[in-house]
Amino acid sequence: MNEDATAARGLWSDAARRLKSNHLVVAALAVLALITLLAVAAPLLTPWAYDTLDWRHLAQPPALAAGHWFGTDRLGRDLFARTLSGVRLSLLISVLASAVSLAIGVLWGAVAGFAGGRTDGWMMRFVDVLYSLPYLFVVIILTSLFPRDNVAVLLLALGAVGWLTTARIVRAQTLALKRREFIEAARALGVTPTAILLRHVVPNVLGPVAVYATLIVPQMILSESFLSFLGLGVQEPRASLGNLIYVGAQEMESAPWMLLLPATFLVALLLCLNLLGDGLRDAFDPHER
Amino acid sequence: MPSTLTSAEPPRGTPPAVLSLAGLGVTFDTPQGRVVAARDVTLSVARGECLGVVGESGAGKSQVFLAVMGLLAANGRAHGSARFEDTELLTLTPAALDRVRGAGIGMVFQDPLSSLTPHLTVGDQLSEVLLRHMPVSADAARERALTLLERVQVTDPTERLGQYPHELSGGMRQRVMIALALASDPPLLIADEPTTSLDVTVQAQILALLAALKRERGMALILITHDLGAVAGLADRVAVMRQGRVIEVGTAARVLKSPQDAYTRSLVQDARRLDATADTSTVPTGRVDDAARDDAARGPVVLAVTDLSVDFGVGHGWLGARSRLAALSGVSLELRTGDALGIVGESGSGKSTLARAALQLLHATRGRVVWLGRAPEELPPAAQRSLRRDLQLIFQDPLGSLDPRMTVAEIVTEPLRVHERALDARARLATVLATLARVGLAAELAARYPHELSGGQCQRVGIARAMVLGPKLLVCDEPLSALDLPTQQQIVTLLGSLQACSQMALLFISHNLALVQRLCARVLVLYLGRMMELAPATTLYAAPRHPYSRELLAAIPSVDPDIQPARLSAVRSGEPPSPLAPPSGCVYRTRCPEARAVCAERVPTWEEPVAGQGIACHRWRELS
Repeated sequence: MNEDATAARGLWSDAARRLKSNHLVVAALAVLALITLLAVAAPLLTPWAYDTLDWRHLAQPPALAAGHWFGTDRLGRDLFARTLSGVRLSLLISVLASAVSLAIGVLWGAVAGFAGGRTDGWMMRFVDVLYSLPYLFVVIILTSLFPRDNVAVLLLALGAVGWLTTARIVRAQTLALKRREFIEAARALGVTPTAILLRHVVPNVLGPVAVYATLIVPQMILSESFLSFLGLGVQEPRASLGNLIYVGAQEMESAPWMLLLPATFLVALLLCLNLLGDGLRDAFDPHER
Repeated sequence: MPSTLTSAEPPRGTPPAVLSLAGLGVTFDTPQGRVVAARDVTLSVARGECLGVVGESGAGKSQVFLAVMGLLAANGRAHGSARFEDTELLTLTPAALDRVRGAGIGMVFQDPLSSLTPHLTVGDQLSEVLLRHMPVSADAARERALTLLERVQVTDPTERLGQYPHELSGGMRQRVMIALALASDPPLLIADEPTTSLDVTVQAQILALLAALKRERGMALILITHDLGAVAGLADRVAVMRQGRVIEVGTAARVLKSPQDAYTRSLVQDARRLDATADTSTVPTGRVDDAARDDAARGPVVLAVTDLSVDFGVGHGWLGARSRLAALSGVSLELRTGDALGIVGESGSGKSTLARAALQLLHATRGRVVWLGRAPEELPPAAQRSLRRDLQLIFQDPLGSLDPRMTVAEIVTEPLRVHERALDARARLATVLATLARVGLAAELAARYPHELSGGQCQRVGIARAMVLGPKLLVCDEPLSALDLPTQQQIVTLLGSLQACSQMALLFISHNLALVQRLCARVLVLYLGRMMELAPATTLYAAPRHPYSRELLAAIPSVDPDIQPARLSAVRSGEPPSPLAPPSGCVYRTRCPEARAVCAERVPTWEEPVAGQGIACHRWRELS
């Protein structure tokens, strides 16, 4: 009844409160933080670099005694160092790619939805055209045009596709917002269209976008791993979760740890991010439960 | 009529109670703790009797009857006793309660659109209910659905059976809801704010229908409302609720004429003040009649609108022709400094369209708008925007017109950011706080977000945003229709005093004639986008010339239980025709009791018998 407000509560702090009461999300956040911390601190924890060769221990199973906690690969490289370096690279690429695609997507969608009419039509048809291009072909062409092992190209390839869905989501939200009275109020005040877009439209679509963002990051990790697995992404000797799993898959029968350890990290990352995304959606939209 | 205190119970000799509540309480478990929505409610209603339950929103009146129906939200709990005939409802199993709900108690809610299933036709929904309660064939059910629709005075009932809820007007939807509630012939009907979202004229029609149904079926009726006029016309007994308690019960005549409780007294007084017909001396004092002043004494023209028309294209499709909907045709008006013009009409009359076209928020198809002597269309966008600082707008939906992501301070600062760039942050804050104080908002609220405020507070924030720049024209688009009665009073008073001390011009749009009268010296009546009558408020209320003005005035509910039932039974039926296919000649003729052949042939011209007054009617001379 009297849903009254003694303490000032914004939509965000409300969402944060609901998020905190969701134990699964808190656990996922803790695991995520732990993995990120490990990935960042890995060079301090182990003497091995991701490309140091240890000739005395080739394809050694995990063992604490030799100092190779996760074992080594066929060339004697420490898998602990490689896996965490892979996590670092995968996280970096996916977070950057997500950020780029969100920024483009939010602006594109908001402008299209807010402008409406012909502008909207052309902008969204452009999105449709990009959607209909076979994604893998584009990536293969891009990676063959540029020198391999170029992280920028990988980012471009991931970002080029990622922003399309964001743009559609944001456009739909903007269309709904445009009819709200507070947008009309801003127009009646003489606020310029650009200011309305940036001050009133974009902040109000960020809720749904924040949810989508936590779901797009794991998607990017997956895409990055997939491309690296196919040999189109990160190249040896650098490690990403994708190419580690690729190598591990070849040695699956003789040296299962080479596959299992990077795969475990990948699965843990994806699971935590997805849990977080679901939690966020519930937190922003409590009626859906 | 002398009051009797024993009237709290139905007089002896009446049939036993259909529903009786004893010590009923409702609580909600919220994260902030347990909230008591209602406590110790003891009420009863007998066959053929109408009990009016009145109170502000949040008084717990809806929650009590939702509890009776077992429809409380999941965190709600009811205790005490609620007996329907011989059944205790609070302890029933959900399945048994379901049977009582369907067959014994019909319910009508405020918002008919959300209570009807959107993807089923009216006929299907009615038949579904009929088939559940009676062993009849599908054809017989359809037959009976038709009779029901006829009974609730739905126009073209056969056609309506095949229509979907969104294709009906609000009034028609509410009639369908009533038909649904009556489908199983229940001995009790509970109507929760059945007329709140409807136009005044349609409100009167729905109340008249409920009164007729009660009389002919002898059913018990519980009318939950904040509108004392509705209660005065229908209820035999009235219960007043406040903060979850019943504070006064008695016959309608007793409660409305000599209320005992102080709160009831203030409610009745507020309602009387709005009752234009009860007392015509309520026109605000100290207000000079604009029309009477000569032009030299009047200020400069703030807003001039000439022959303004707005068409909307409706219907879509790849090749299908878009038909034109004339939302506004040929409206002219002029507002000078200090003027207050009211615009009234039912929904669909083009009031809001006029406001938006006058402020160039909508593109006018024809006609000319002049702001402070300059035509905004001819200006470049930037110059047009800078003119807007003098023309401000207040909206109908207090919450919806505020950006949910901004604090009150940020919202009220925005006009300053746009138009007073020279001000530094401290000067801005000082201005904002001063404006908040002017509209009666405490400075602590500046850091709140809109959803943390009440409707009245939100509307004050909207007013503060409009007033912060000291505008020369304030356009109010139905600023009160989403608010409680006492809050409406406060906002009207606030707007009146703001206008009086700032000498700004006021364009006040409302479907509530009584409220318009308190603020405006002149009133313009619109119908289907056309001007019907323009007159000084005193003249219009005392002696309306246009038959439509008369109909509007007659629909204002009186709180006098001696007058109101008779008024209700005189209510005429009929709703505005579709603006897509307006009638030929005079658009009002299809509802006009005075219509003659000429009305269908020629469009009446706008005549101005006296300066500042106008009328569009073929027969106004013979009628007055």
